[in-house]
Amino acid sequence: MTGVSSQTRKLSALFADPRNYQISVLSSLILLGLFHYSFHLPWWHVVGCIGATLTTQAFADRMIKRPFDPRSPLISALSLTLLLRTGSFTLSIAAGVIAVASKYLIRFQGKHIFNPANFGLVIMSLLFGAAWISPGQWGQATLFALLLLALGGVVTGKAKRWDVSLALLAFYASFVFGRALWLGDPLAIPVHQMQSGALLIFAFFMISDPKTTPNSRLGRVLFALIVAAVGFTIQFAVYNAAGIILALILCAPLVPLIDRFLPAGLYQWPTQLTLSISNRNGVSHEILDPAE
Amino acid sequence: MKYSTLLSSVFAIGLFAAAPSAQAFCGFYVAKAGTDLFNESSKVALVRDGDRTVITMANDYQGELTEFAMVIPVPTAITREQVHISDPALLKHLDAYTAPRLVEYFDSDPCARQMRMEMMSRSPMAEDVIVMTGSRQRAKSLGVTIEDEFTVGEYDIQLLSATQSDGLMTYLDENGYQVPSGAGRILGSYIKQNMKFFIAKVNLEEQAQTGSEYLRPIAVAFESPKFMLPIRLGTLNARGEQDLFVYALTREGQVETTNYRTQKIPTGQELPVYIKDEFPEFYKSMYKTAANREGGHGVFMEYAWDMGWCDPCAADPLSREELQELGVFWLGKSNQTPMPRGRRIMPQAQDVFVTRLHVRYDAKSFPEDLKFKTTGNKQNFQGRYVLRHAFEGEMTCEAAVDYKKQVNERRDKEVKTLANLTGWDRKDIWNDIEDAGVGVKFDVKDKDDRGSKWWNDLWKDE
Repeated sequence: MTGVSSQTRKLSALFADPRNYQISVLSSLILLGLFHYSFHLPWWHVVGCIGATLTTQAFADRMIKRPFDPRSPLISALSLTLLLRTGSFTLSIAAGVIAVASKYLIRFQGKHIFNPANFGLVIMSLLFGAAWISPGQWGQATLFALLLLALGGVVTGKAKRWDVSLALLAFYASFVFGRALWLGDPLAIPVHQMQSGALLIFAFFMISDPKTTPNSRLGRVLFALIVAAVGFTIQFAVYNAAGIILALILCAPLVPLIDRFLPAGLYQWPTQLTLSISNRNGVSHEILDPAE
Repeated sequence: MKYSTLLSSVFAIGLFAAAPSAQAFCGFYVAKAGTDLFNESSKVALVRDGDRTVITMANDYQGELTEFAMVIPVPTAITREQVHISDPALLKHLDAYTAPRLVEYFDSDPCARQMRMEMMSRSPMAEDVIVMTGSRQRAKSLGVTIEDEFTVGEYDIQLLSATQSDGLMTYLDENGYQVPSGAGRILGSYIKQNMKFFIAKVNLEEQAQTGSEYLRPIAVAFESPKFMLPIRLGTLNARGEQDLFVYALTREGQVETTNYRTQKIPTGQELPVYIKDEFPEFYKSMYKTAANREGGHGVFMEYAWDMGWCDPCAADPLSREELQELGVFWLGKSNQTPMPRGRRIMPQAQDVFVTRLHVRYDAKSFPEDLKFKTTGNKQNFQGRYVLRHAFEGEMTCEAAVDYKKQVNERRDKEVKTLANLTGWDRKDIWNDIEDAGVGVKFDVKDKDDRGSKWWNDLWKDE
């Protein structure tokens, strides 16, 4: 990292921690879903889910005596709200609790294993019939808005780990286009498949979580390849439309392994640059960090 | 066969909807259905639990029976025992039960403080006719594996598998199928996805014995993780957009499409009362307007309800026997009380949740086959439109003036709503109201300033 870019990072961090950017984008998407696409999403579910993640995080941070930062649990709650559908208020709350609790309970070498929203999403939809994932809830018109926001994030550097997002989309695209070529299908089909709003939200706002992706860039690209391959298989061989979301939870335990063979420094949130102490051991900083 | 007289023409649907049983609960029915509504449509009932699927395809083929043939890609091999000829009345009943409905309420005399009576009624929705992927067939074999071959009811059925599309195309071609150009590519794609081909033609001898000139629906039971409907072959034949009605029956709840957005049809709006006689026309325009807002196509949920009841009922819920005939295989296991009979439809768990999806599609906007998913969503939804009749009797009291003003405001709003939903011109709507002579605004004599001003009528279409 050069001095100049370090300066730039500090400056941009003041104004735009990636999480702030992510929170605003996810909130906009929720509003879009509510008002434009008439999602079945009562406001008290949103409030319940956000309340549950914040409370769980605050409680857990207090238990382990760590400063509380509301942004990460907020992101988890917003992601859950975007992707998990349920008619039950209790399940909305339970999803938030399970998501955040997983960060504190399922850990390996100072890092949590699962993306909390992904964990909550999959566990709830597998365990309860009254909670489900709706991959088709976004229209294609959303695509442009979503791509714009996401690419905007990449360009301005506000998106975290954009490499894993783009790698995932590229690998997934090569699979669906490859499949179409093999089947002799018109290209309109894979194009349509790539326009899935759930896929794009997943790529830009879920798998890109720095805390649960490999530390090295090569590792992240490798991870994206594995997730794309597993997700593609689940989608087209097991016929589960939420394939890519299930793939992340299945592949997440591979991250420590990838980190072991392709080591690199742990990710730090920009706004904690000034707070963090040396992380040469890869431990101290992480423990102070509010996990996401 | 005993039901065959009820069989399907568009007109029969209209007749069925007007039958006494359909209006039992709801006073009197409102509108006569325009029977050619969505007349290019297909109707499919999908019963699904776990991997088990029973699909019933209704067919309103009206051409030469010798020329009837259909080719349906199916995910697994199908044997004789898995095919059943169904009663066409079932899908009609399902259609009537799930149809978008018109209800009406009558204002009470504002001068007489009586309990408000609410009258509800329904309109039969006219609908739908199936046009399956058709082509022509003569049974001969060539180069393609005929996995099974049998006659069920009036149909001669073959189950084919193929290793390459050219062979299959040749087979179909040499057997008199007029396979549309472009089908080879799609068939090839299905072959590579290990799908089989269910092809059917009419057995004229058997058909003569049914005593009906129409064809009955075919039901097929199979087990497959694929929860989908192949629509791609159908898009080759069609001229532009097509309508497809899917009635999905599940145990858990609503069914939605996973690769297209499922949206709800606008519902609950109050409309000018003259719509009573124009309901089919209204619904058709409204659907078209809703679809146009999505680019002319889309998947719309028109109904989602627990099969145990309805409110208001467009038709009684299907009986246990009817559901079993449709392939609802899980009913036998549970210890259910009998279906409610007669007029009063009490909420009663039936362990069947029905979703009616109305899909308007064409090859361009729906490149991929429809893929579905059962969700745990048991929220009830219905396409329901409301007429509120003003009190038309003599009103002499003070309260009547205020009442009339309220009614006039309400009528302005109803016209705006109607214009917004259908894209009709407001001037035309007011003209129609004048012509119909119902729902015309009251002539209110102002006693105070709160009344209408001279400019209110100046541009009343705005």
